[in-house]
Amino acid sequence: MDTPETFTDFIRQQSGKLLEQTLTHTGLTFISVLIAVCIGVPLGILIIRRKRLSGLVLGIAGVLQTIPSIALLGFMIPLLGIGPKPAIVALFLYALLPIIRNTYTGISGVDNSVTEAARGMGMSPRQLLFKVQLPLAMPVILAGIRTATVINVGVATLAAYIAAGGLGEFIFGGIALNNTSMMLAGAIPAALLAILFDWLLSLLQHLNIRRFRRLLYILPLLFLALSSIYLLPDTSSGKIKAGFTPEFMGRKDGDIGLRTVYGLHLPTLVISDMIMYKAAAEKKLDVISGSSTDGRVRAYDLVVLEDDKHIFPPYYAAPIVRMSTLEKYPELEPVLNKLSGTINDSIMTELNYRVDYLKQTPEKVAKDYLTAIGLWKPATGGNKGNIRIGSKIFGDGYVLANMYKILIEGYTDLSVTTKTGLGGTKIVFDALINDQIDMYPEYTGTGLLVILQAPQQVTDSIMSDSKKVYDYVQTGFEKQYRVKWLLPIGFNNTYALMMRREQASSLGIHTISALKQYTDHK
Amino acid sequence: MITLSHISKSFSPDKQAVSDVSFEVQRGEIMVLLGTSGCGKTTTLRMINRLITPDSGQIHINGKDIAAEPAETLRRGIGYVLQNHGLFPHYTVLENISIVPQLLQWDKARMKERALSLMEKLGLPPRDYANAYPQQLSGGQQQRVGLARALAADPPVLLMDEPFGALDPLTRISVRREFKALDELNSKTVILVTHDVEEAFDLGSRICIMDKGRIQQLGTAVELLFRPANDFVRSFLENQRLELELASLQLTDIWRFIPQQAAHNTEKPLPCNATCREALEALLDGPATVSCHGEHRQLDGTLLFNAIAAYKKQ
Repeated sequence: MDTPETFTDFIRQQSGKLLEQTLTHTGLTFISVLIAVCIGVPLGILIIRRKRLSGLVLGIAGVLQTIPSIALLGFMIPLLGIGPKPAIVALFLYALLPIIRNTYTGISGVDNSVTEAARGMGMSPRQLLFKVQLPLAMPVILAGIRTATVINVGVATLAAYIAAGGLGEFIFGGIALNNTSMMLAGAIPAALLAILFDWLLSLLQHLNIRRFRRLLYILPLLFLALSSIYLLPDTSSGKIKAGFTPEFMGRKDGDIGLRTVYGLHLPTLVISDMIMYKAAAEKKLDVISGSSTDGRVRAYDLVVLEDDKHIFPPYYAAPIVRMSTLEKYPELEPVLNKLSGTINDSIMTELNYRVDYLKQTPEKVAKDYLTAIGLWKPATGGNKGNIRIGSKIFGDGYVLANMYKILIEGYTDLSVTTKTGLGGTKIVFDALINDQIDMYPEYTGTGLLVILQAPQQVTDSIMSDSKKVYDYVQTGFEKQYRVKWLLPIGFNNTYALMMRREQASSLGIHTISALKQYTDHK
Repeated sequence: MITLSHISKSFSPDKQAVSDVSFEVQRGEIMVLLGTSGCGKTTTLRMINRLITPDSGQIHINGKDIAAEPAETLRRGIGYVLQNHGLFPHYTVLENISIVPQLLQWDKARMKERALSLMEKLGLPPRDYANAYPQQLSGGQQQRVGLARALAADPPVLLMDEPFGALDPLTRISVRREFKALDELNSKTVILVTHDVEEAFDLGSRICIMDKGRIQQLGTAVELLFRPANDFVRSFLENQRLELELASLQLTDIWRFIPQQAAHNTEKPLPCNATCREALEALLDGPATVSCHGEHRQLDGTLLFNAIAAYKKQ
């Protein structure tokens, strides 16, 4: 139950999961490349014969290539939902360009006098293609397949965001949990896979053209075998389907706690929190690991299940600031504390709802709220110094960072730069320690479990008391990092299991224990 | 036999690549299409195996309209030799030679036997070269393989597009000599494209000089040299005229201008189908005896040149 100490410990403990993720990763990579070959090579041949189409086809494939991978995965969700299907389609689209282009250049590159001779000998277009053009273009086509495979090993890490599994689960879990071992357990195998596949395919590419012929028949079978994980029927379809973030999966106050304290074992998909709520609303998932103040809880009409055995510690938000900054600008602390106690859970949910669902900008939401409670003041335009405010990549952070910006610029002569969307805890906290930002809003629970990584007996003894947790992290941060916790803002953004309201009430599930009982009877 | 009647082709509206070309080539004959690059000779050749479709006119091979059968079938019956050999780099020499027989679905043993015998004839010992790849061969050897490939299925028609053009002068002459000596050619109709005047006169039974897509003159070497149809033909041959004349005229052509002088039996004999060039070479060592129509006459350098001069004046 303890967080693994070293990388090798982690690998040893998680070897089963690591193997599964590696297989999934390999499967995602190869099935998408295989489909891309099946479609890309014929397309390449088509545009050789109809040159007028070549610009169009290569253009479209090129545009697909430039779409950021995470966005492409996002586009797939409304069309194909979550899970391997959209991931495979997105990876397939990425693999398409190198394969089409190399087929096209490979065949165009065949010596003109050779094709001329082949036609003059009386070969039909089909014979010309299979006996001359394809064999001679094969090294170039294989180079394209090689590029596509290596690209896909990389992009497939992002598949974890849409519940398709793969090594991304460890990578994103590790980033979110400030767990370097976990991150490396995903990143190193992913890099090794890329190197391995690149090397194997380069061997193929440089083999004697003659021996090729037989190998060419083996290659698709090999690809098929490697992607077989997706061709087998899904055996784990239970009644209640859960989707948890990579971060939640690895936390003591997350999936591990659910298993050990509640004994709750759900068939679980790992998924990015960006799409998790929507997937729940669209009935692709039934139980998700949300955060209680997220605006989407309201937007999608979800209900939070009561944590009747108290595994989720309090997550009170408070600004944390570098001590050196506070010493340099003593006027900062009282200004930041102005916000303390003004925002409770439902207000925060409402603010997040405006950002996430009503699509208002965080700047506008922050300004409107401060105006409403009478704290808003126009910026003084002073240039005494610059404060860099960071935030994590979700709702609370954006809104709070903007509120602090308005307050600091309104009440002091300091100017503010915001660096919002700094990934997970690890990224934003490292930025703070390395003096790349001066402050960001953090949660007491995260400070306790993720950053300080307090020993088990300590967390057990203070977990249920939010004041004790606050005191513990305040002391710990000052001593270890020279970072100060200012006064809590008021809301408690704790982890929570949530379900669709209509499903929860029809099944009569209102607590996590009730959910456990329900799944046991099924 | 190949017959072209009124063949025209243009690739752009303002320029005719080939206009109104007609000729006939008999079995056993080598017809040379001669001209500068862009004169339409290669286009004419490629219309015969339908790599290019003529805009108008008909082509018949042995009386059959070539447009009447599928292009692939037609081409399998026509040997085709390209300037840059066009050998398949991923096929061995043996496989390269067997391409057309394979397309025609010959049985394996027959295919191999045929390929090996062609290799022998063309000076490519199968033991050394049968399993070699084209890139392991010299330029001359590659061209020989290209020739063997064209001959493999024993096609009645052979089309050659500057077959020796990419070779260095020494190799070119030796490959050409082997080509001339091939007994296979006797039963074939051959059309050869070249821009090399000397090669045209060396190989052609008849020569067709083309310019700007039109035939300027079609005839034997002697006809082109001594009865040029127009100024283009005359000036086209001007540079190598003496050499060509010596190589084309046979002693029998100038026989009537050699004085009837009794021959000494000690002098070396010259056959009457020897060319003037061969005669001149022989005469460098002293007078010789020419035997023609059962008659013997003495010949030396002065007599030879007088005879040639008289022939040209007539």
